[in-house]
Amino acid sequence: MKTNDIVNLSRRRFVAGGILSVAGLTLGILPDVQAEQPGSAAEAMGTAPAEAGEFSPNAFLRIDKSGAVTVISKHLEMGQGTYTGLATLVAEELDADWDRVRVEGAPADASRYNNLFWGAMQGTGGSTAIANSFDQLRRAGAAARQMLVAAAAERWQVPIAEIRVVSGVVEHAASGRKAGFGELAEAAASQPVPETVLLKDPAAFELIGKRIPRKDSSEKIDGSAQFTQDVRLPGMKTALVLHPPRFGAKVCGVADSAALQISGVSRIVQIPSGVAVVADDFWSAKLGRDALRVSWDESEAFNESSEQLLQAYRELAKTAGTVARDDGKAVQVLAETDDVLEAEYSVPFLSHSAMEPMDCIVRIDDNGCEIWNGEQMQTGDQMAVAALLGLQPEQVKINMLYAGGSFGRRANPAADYVLEAVHIAKQLEQGIPLKMIWTREDDTRAGYYRPMYLHRLRATLDPAGNPLAWDQCIVGQSILAGTPFESAMVKDGIDHTSVEGAVNLPYAIDHFHLDLHSPKLPVPVLWWRSVGSTHTAFVGESFIDELAHKAGQDPVAYRRRLLAKHPRHLGVLNLAAEKADWGAPLGRGQGRGVAVHESFNSYVAQVAEVTVRRGVIHVDRVVIAIDCGIAVNPDVIEAQMQGGMGFGLSAALYSELVLDRGRVMQSNFHDYQILRIDQMPEVEVYIVPSAEPPTGVGEPATPVIAPALANAVFAATGQRLRRLPLRLAS
Amino acid sequence: MLNLTINGKPHQLELDPQMPLLWAIRDHIGLTGTKYSCGVAQCGSCTVYLDGDPVRSCVTPLSVAVGKEITTIEGLNSAVGRAVQEAWKELEVVQCGFCQSGQIMSATALLSRNTKPTDADIDAAMQGNLCRCATYARIRAGIKLAGTKLAGGKA
Ligand code: FES
Ligand code: FES
Repeated sequence: MKTNDIVNLSRRRFVAGGILSVAGLTLGILPDVQAEQPGSAAEAMGTAPAEAGEFSPNAFLRIDKSGAVTVISKHLEMGQGTYTGLATLVAEELDADWDRVRVEGAPADASRYNNLFWGAMQGTGGSTAIANSFDQLRRAGAAARQMLVAAAAERWQVPIAEIRVVSGVVEHAASGRKAGFGELAEAAASQPVPETVLLKDPAAFELIGKRIPRKDSSEKIDGSAQFTQDVRLPGMKTALVLHPPRFGAKVCGVADSAALQISGVSRIVQIPSGVAVVADDFWSAKLGRDALRVSWDESEAFNESSEQLLQAYRELAKTAGTVARDDGKAVQVLAETDDVLEAEYSVPFLSHSAMEPMDCIVRIDDNGCEIWNGEQMQTGDQMAVAALLGLQPEQVKINMLYAGGSFGRRANPAADYVLEAVHIAKQLEQGIPLKMIWTREDDTRAGYYRPMYLHRLRATLDPAGNPLAWDQCIVGQSILAGTPFESAMVKDGIDHTSVEGAVNLPYAIDHFHLDLHSPKLPVPVLWWRSVGSTHTAFVGESFIDELAHKAGQDPVAYRRRLLAKHPRHLGVLNLAAEKADWGAPLGRGQGRGVAVHESFNSYVAQVAEVTVRRGVIHVDRVVIAIDCGIAVNPDVIEAQMQGGMGFGLSAALYSELVLDRGRVMQSNFHDYQILRIDQMPEVEVYIVPSAEPPTGVGEPATPVIAPALANAVFAATGQRLRRLPLRLAS
Repeated sequence: MLNLTINGKPHQLELDPQMPLLWAIRDHIGLTGTKYSCGVAQCGSCTVYLDGDPVRSCVTPLSVAVGKEITTIEGLNSAVGRAVQEAWKELEVVQCGFCQSGQIMSATALLSRNTKPTDADIDAAMQGNLCRCATYARIRAGIKLAGTKLAGGKA
């Protein structure tokens, strides 16, 4: 077997400059962690909690006496397949038997489980789980393997070089000796942790690159998987919160006698974000909340409407904002020509609407605070809770459960729903576990939305039809302003999450200008699967399509020429176009549209085919090509392409959260529409073969469908739709 | 006192007859595979069977469930149910998994009536089961695979 010394593999390949732009969570990289670590596998990894006779060489795995391997996942499993992917990395280098590998969520402990792309922070997001762990977890597996082999060599008195490990069995061919991992576990534990580890040559991968089974399927199929909603603890109470009708409204009076009369209701407690009803079970809490009468002081509450905001954004977009990128003389070039294509695009507020509404369990006692949560941002939540309770962060213990979706919602720098649960638990008798559940209505109305954005664009073409100048202005709230990340992440007035995907528009355009307005509003906003790209891909890929049509050129050929210096964009564009039979004739009312976009260092192209019939857009087929470097699990990648695209399709066609004089108009799935099975198109997924380090797949498919679809609708109808969700003129 | 039969086991519960079946199952019986997501019959996550017919337990009062056979995901052990679960595993349908108990209950109900559902049959039977992870392509394929297996064909 050919091996590479991991010491020479730099993870700096993923890192560009002081800020790592793997949005989702675009966080400053602290210098001490960015610095290359020595190749020792023992590097401050600590060990995973182990019992006597077990072998736990580092923080990421342990092997028990039966030979079962437990991989400790530092990342949240919220559907994206991370438990499977991370375990694959360990098992690959360990040469473990995949069937004997199980996965366990890591505790909150950033000293061992930090996201290597986020400095000293532990958390999941920005499609970084596999990318940041790729070397780390393979090294963890390789170190364990070396220790098992050393133990066998010692026991059998044979040279290490003659020992092989195949699917969980350590063997010495010449003597015919064999031992399972379990038999060697205890002896391996007393071996020194290797100073350097040898990693496999990718050609020797047995698990990476294969469609091996997910680790979380069985328990999610038989109903035994534990989500936060499912945790039951002795003496546990359930709380529902009555939230204010408008953002910024304050409680001014509580009439709780009717609520307290509901059987099962034990307490009504006021918290900063509203009034909580504490009861023995959900239904009592719900009846109690229905009976609760709260009067609100709305004098300082947010009172504006979406349409009004959009109009204000429109005016703002006509004024100069903070410059995010300025190549050449775009503004001047545009001033000197009459032939300017001008367009306005906009997208609404969106709710994440994971199927599991937000929930959290908290128990506070003398020792500290224990939390059960689909935990996406351990370090942030730990610090926020510790600050609220006057504890040390390590006194806040967090149990990471499966999350029933998140799409960014469970990683909130403001720790909103977690703190809400802590505020309630704090007012209860010590030691009583408190489960706070949001109803669907709370989940829709209590905030933290993808911001509303408006873009104004102007462009002109050169005589060959290529874009000569492009001027774009983005207006929308900053996600990071006012969060603990602001100082590190908002540079020179530019929140990178507002402009990512636009500021790095890959097309060859000599004169390019992009500026940004970040109006401040009390509407709470947050990253939403694929973050800035949710709007920048829609706008950029629609507008480039407009330019192609204005130039009278084929949209694929047009992009190809302008992407000559971007081989990975080109790779996915060409693959998707070929597989979709780009250019093949279509029937009446049908159209085909393309879009290509990079996010989180992964490249995705999609070709959508639509039929427009009686004013309704039907999406018939979507062809997706992805380049995410080494494909750790092609089946999980395919699933994320299908699902990520489907998630984007909800926003492209159905979902819209509207404010009317400060009130959120939608409340549940009847008026906040998401994709249903009969609306899901045929999907084909193609993965570009690659030897590059793996990059994320959870988000990059999401932003590409809206522009592909809008472009297809244009091809089918001649209508250029510039507002999401897409609605045909009647 | 209400007498309920859940997955073949009798339970006696002192609860408000207006309480939705979902909360009795989850909070009082302790079977948590049936999920709460919308509470208003808009998503299908809470699907269980009453005498074999799928219902949304979040809007089904206990009074309606009394005297009926209640089946939850934990008690799904029919041949059809097992075929659906196997197909789900084979095709790796699940992502976050939160909607999947409901999806499997609805899919099993469909295949129990019709082992060869057309796409239109699948749309009609499944369009009330939301999946925010949009696992729909695999749900559709899973239903077809399970149907084929049940019909004795090779998948
Ligand atoms: S929770 Fe019952 S249908 Fe949604
Ligand atoms: S698998 Fe996540 S909601 Fe369906």
